[in-house]
Amino acid sequence: MRRLFTFLALLTAALFLVSLLTGPAGLGAWRGLSALIFGGDGPAPIVMREIRLPRALLGVLVGGGLGLTGAALQGYLRNPLAEPGLIGVSGMAALGAVIAIQTGLSLAAPLALPLTALAGAAVGVGLLVALAGPRGGSVTLILAGVAISALAGAGTALVLNLSPNPYAANEIVFWLMGSLADRSMIHLWLALPPMMLGAALILSSGRALDALTLGEGAASAMGVSAGRLRWMMIAGVALIVGPATAIAGAIGFVGLVVPHVLRPWVGARPSLLLSASALGGAVLLLAADIAVRLIMPERDLKLGVLTAIVGAPLFLHLIWKTRSGGRI
Amino acid sequence: MSGFVRIFDLIPAAAALLVAALPAWSAPQRVVSMNLCTDQIAMLLASPGQLVSVSDLAQDPRMSPLADEAQVYPINYGRAEEIYLMRPDLVIAGQFASAPTVAMLRRLGIRVEVRAPAESIAAIRTEISEVGALLGREEAARDLIADFDTRLAALRRDPNMGRAALYYANGFTSGRGTLAGEILNAAGYQNIAGDYGIANTAPLPLELLVMSRPDRLITGARWPGRSRSEAILDHPALAATTDATAEVTDRDWVCGTPYILRAIEALE
Repeated sequence: MRRLFTFLALLTAALFLVSLLTGPAGLGAWRGLSALIFGGDGPAPIVMREIRLPRALLGVLVGGGLGLTGAALQGYLRNPLAEPGLIGVSGMAALGAVIAIQTGLSLAAPLALPLTALAGAAVGVGLLVALAGPRGGSVTLILAGVAISALAGAGTALVLNLSPNPYAANEIVFWLMGSLADRSMIHLWLALPPMMLGAALILSSGRALDALTLGEGAASAMGVSAGRLRWMMIAGVALIVGPATAIAGAIGFVGLVVPHVLRPWVGARPSLLLSASALGGAVLLLAADIAVRLIMPERDLKLGVLTAIVGAPLFLHLIWKTRSGGRI
Repeated sequence: MSGFVRIFDLIPAAAALLVAALPAWSAPQRVVSMNLCTDQIAMLLASPGQLVSVSDLAQDPRMSPLADEAQVYPINYGRAEEIYLMRPDLVIAGQFASAPTVAMLRRLGIRVEVRAPAESIAAIRTEISEVGALLGREEAARDLIADFDTRLAALRRDPNMGRAALYYANGFTSGRGTLAGEILNAAGYQNIAGDYGIANTAPLPLELLVMSRPDRLITGARWPGRSRSEAILDHPALAATTDATAEVTDRDWVCGTPYILRAIEALE
């Protein structure tokens, strides 16, 4: 177990370094790192500190957040198909963010952007929990997710199409697929505090999620308060997915793939899976963000394209297994 | 055979003579323009009452230097139906007008002239003279070109103003093959887009912009209703690159018209 965490932590650190050293400016590794740490004159420190550092840090933060919320939702809904991107939570967060940007709220108060995205995510996850609940029924969850995703996507497209801004309509792709290109430290500081609070809420509910694997009745007999756990899940997921989506757009499948891959390694215990998935999510998103810069450096290929190419076949595989054997 | 050919050779010449001799008769009397750039040239050249309608953008002060003058014209939104109902005898459209609309107007028997955007000072002269010919206003076109040339020559020009970068929403920049590049060049700046082989409008990664260390940064104007695309213009790395930031006043930069002289002047 410790070996798995050491391995994931080292991999995250290595990919973080590679992310810092990947970019079109053609700085050598040594020159880049010394500019990052010691500063100096010229444009190199600006590139390293203002462009690449926030991008790499946001890769860790957003990826970790998506992995963590994926594991938490799967644990709580007792359903391996749950994932913030697929079931509409990210989509609702994107709708909130778009409304904040287009109404000028985000300009009047910078915190309005993560907060409205958070509110959108909370509505999304609240609806899901109310509809599907911790009983593990796949059909209700997927159908509710499809409906919420469709509603959020349509709302986002509507707001952007009504905007007087000539660029707004082109941004639908960003909000659907996500990107970390050209984000700054300002974005990082906006997203960090609520995401940390959300992570604390979710990580502290690990034991309750463990108890829930035995069933709702057994869990309440062990002293788990169903109402309290539900609110911690809704608040925790919204606090993470909202700001992450406001900064990076809706990136799907990270929260699906990572817990699925890591589950056998942690003995399927939700409490361990939570922190492992946070590290795994950071690894996956950093790798995807490095790949989009290497595959098509000029085109700003969206992150969600890569994560979907990896994640969608897995999702189909999971549905196939659900179909043939009932539960996974 | 040779006599036959000669007669056919004479026909264009005869037609040209006829047109030249009867300008009032041959010039279109009801002209509709459906493109922001042709709107401006047409407003500058048309005789009173000749121009029937301009596009809706012509009245937008953010994009049109002639927004006030355009208020007196009925506007169109580039839809075939409304333009047909104006009974025009000439429609001037831009190259990027909706192709089905242009085809529909032609099928309805209306003469449609499609104009490519003027992306250089030479192209502006050609555009003025050709639109002048379309309107039967060659005289006015000649005057406008002469005035444009005089004012262009009068602009004080230092060919070594330094290196400048154009940077727009979504991280796009413009090279020498564009109107914005031509304005930069005419104002005496060296365009950093050339360093990266960009001749047209193309995305330039923020990192490369910072690495090229421009002396002056000219960014796109902001539009109402905010957008994430424009957020890159607020990036701290841009502010750290250069202190000399001038905002593009987009309306003087949008179209190849004599108003680019104001844009050139503003840069000096």
